[in-house]
Amino acid sequence: MSADNQEVRELAQKEYEHGFVTDIQADTLPPGLDEDVIRAISAKKNEPQWMLEWRLDAYEKWLKMTPPQWPHLRIQPIDYQAISYYSAPRQGDGPKSLDEVDPKLLETYNKLGIPLEEQKMLAGVTDMAVDAVFDSVSVKTTFTRQLEEAGVIFCSISEAMHKHPALVQQYLGTVVPKTDNYYAALNCAVFTDGSFVYIPKGTRCPMELSTYFRINAQNTGQFERTLIIADEGSHVSYLEGCTAPIRDENQLHAAVVELVAMENAEIKYSTVQNWYPGDETGKGGIYNFVTKRAECRGDHSRVSWTQVETGSSITWKYPSCVLKGDNSVGEFYSVALSSLAQQADTGTKMIHLGRNTSSTIVSKGISAMKGQNAYRGLVQVNKNAENARNYTQCDSLLLGDTCGAHTFPYMEVKNPTARVEHEATTSRIGEDQLFYCRQRGISEEDAVSMIVNGFCKEVFRELPMEFAVEAQKLLSVSLEGAVG
Amino acid sequence: MLEIKDLHVSVDGKEILKGLNLSVDAGQVHAIMGPNGAGKSTLSYVLSGREGYHVTDGSVTYKGRDLLAMETDERACEGIFLAFQYPVEIPGVNSSYFLKAAVNARRRYRGEPEMNAMEFMKLTKEKMQVVEMKQELLARSVNEGFSGGEKKRNEIFQMAVLEPELTILDETDSGLDIDALRIVAGGVNALRNEQRSMIVVTHYQRLLDYIRPDHVHVLADGIIVKSGDEKLALELEEKGYSWLEKSA
Repeated sequence: MSADNQEVRELAQKEYEHGFVTDIQADTLPPGLDEDVIRAISAKKNEPQWMLEWRLDAYEKWLKMTPPQWPHLRIQPIDYQAISYYSAPRQGDGPKSLDEVDPKLLETYNKLGIPLEEQKMLAGVTDMAVDAVFDSVSVKTTFTRQLEEAGVIFCSISEAMHKHPALVQQYLGTVVPKTDNYYAALNCAVFTDGSFVYIPKGTRCPMELSTYFRINAQNTGQFERTLIIADEGSHVSYLEGCTAPIRDENQLHAAVVELVAMENAEIKYSTVQNWYPGDETGKGGIYNFVTKRAECRGDHSRVSWTQVETGSSITWKYPSCVLKGDNSVGEFYSVALSSLAQQADTGTKMIHLGRNTSSTIVSKGISAMKGQNAYRGLVQVNKNAENARNYTQCDSLLLGDTCGAHTFPYMEVKNPTARVEHEATTSRIGEDQLFYCRQRGISEEDAVSMIVNGFCKEVFRELPMEFAVEAQKLLSVSLEGAVG
Repeated sequence: MLEIKDLHVSVDGKEILKGLNLSVDAGQVHAIMGPNGAGKSTLSYVLSGREGYHVTDGSVTYKGRDLLAMETDERACEGIFLAFQYPVEIPGVNSSYFLKAAVNARRRYRGEPEMNAMEFMKLTKEKMQVVEMKQELLARSVNEGFSGGEKKRNEIFQMAVLEPELTILDETDSGLDIDALRIVAGGVNALRNEQRSMIVVTHYQRLLDYIRPDHVHVLADGIIVKSGDEKLALELEEKGYSWLEKSA
């Protein structure tokens, strides 16, 4: 055992014998993963005993698992012992002012029209309070009060574990079981933070919930865990991420998101992911291995996933819906862009269990430069899912001739009353379309962005208005230099 | 305005234009007629700057500048407009948004302030009447699901909005019935004045009944074999092209 791990072990054991101690000197654990590291994480977060046991159980299972080999991705082997699994936000770590930030990053911020104060936060400039971004204690307090009045719980999952332990214990891991897949199991063992949302019965959440407004959300780290519960007849729209590229030192991200929709409840979950994609060779980019799943538990419940994926060097992500309740509805709208040397293997799973369940899948893949984009989607109709309906539309757009688009649709239909439709197209951005735009005076870059945005329109219109505008801008910025 | 000298153009290594000469002054309308495969569309594309059309010799001067050295969008901003024979569909891109982008690209190029939404709506409303185009088409994606006639009208509508100095009409009459032809020609004529020039590329004489040219040229096998006035067009209608091709 390395000296570092020895230290961890001692630290962990020491803490363990004193129960749960919050006052810990070191705020970053040395690299490496074993049971003691998990104990240390749990101790640092002052977690209840059941949570620690849950983590340890996941860890034990993870050890016996292997990473999936089926994705259409080339992944360098990951050394899990070289990663530090806990890093608390620290003062003095990042650049001291914007002058120290990579000018390229700032250029992108400016193109996206991000205000200066916000740029500082995103770039991790340390000499400012995050509050200043939203002006903002006041804004935040107003929001918090409004949510409280409605009875909505919106906090970090660590906080929820202390304030609402029964809810967390009741739902955590019930949608994505610990052994669901290699990365999910790892997340269960070592997740550091994430969001928790509970919408009470019959409540319409009075505002869009955004990680943006949860102050410490920027530091949830690489193993994020989100749990959203919409109780009977409730409604919530949740926005994850933002269009600005996030400065991030962690290469591996393995998040788990669980959504539970009870009878007549509706959850709309929108993501814009713009992590660092790496350079033209893919070097330095983020690996994004996410497990996102929703369970439509109640009759007439509805879950809609909308994602715009433009960042990361590798994206492995399949936001899914388990349609248990009768008449429940699952939707998946996706735009995935792979440029530079980015690789994306993304899609969805729609599991029809209940009667009269229906699902819609609209996937738009864009590949440019050396990008590789794969759509992978499963539509499964079980024996008892009478009258299940699925419509899948899967379109790929290629820019240039060094990129690739791949489609892997899977269909398992065990009920003869099911109706499953799949449409797929692959097109190259048309020379004739470009010429038409340019003949009208529109520059090549604007023309490309116009055509690509047109291609993605069906997905963008599912996003909340402001998010949609940002997403369009983001796509244009991401495609700069990809043509010509 | 436009001076084409000894223009040679190849497409995929095959020479299509073989030393074409043409001079168009401000305010003039020139008709280019000729049999299929003579190089009419090639001329339209090479003037508007389409990729894949390689100029191997000769020169094109537009408003005193070397046209061939200009980018496609720069040519458009300098006032060259091509009314496409086959207008292109752009799914998901709103017609009105597209046209506003084109209007403002030109304005930016000239250092003028961009047009706001209100001004633009007023302008389009006025110009739509010229070609009797339905307002609802502007709310749809560019040319998507438009009928053949609607597409052609949309081209002329765009032309009316953009007010180009040199318009190239590439077989604008093809696929139009007589009523649509009259409307389209009306739109073109409404734009004629002493500053604007037009090149009307057509296979048939009938368009020239509505858009009356100052000059008529016959293009055959990559060169202009005969030039004249309106009467030449009528003569062609009668005799066909073969008598000219032989003399070429």
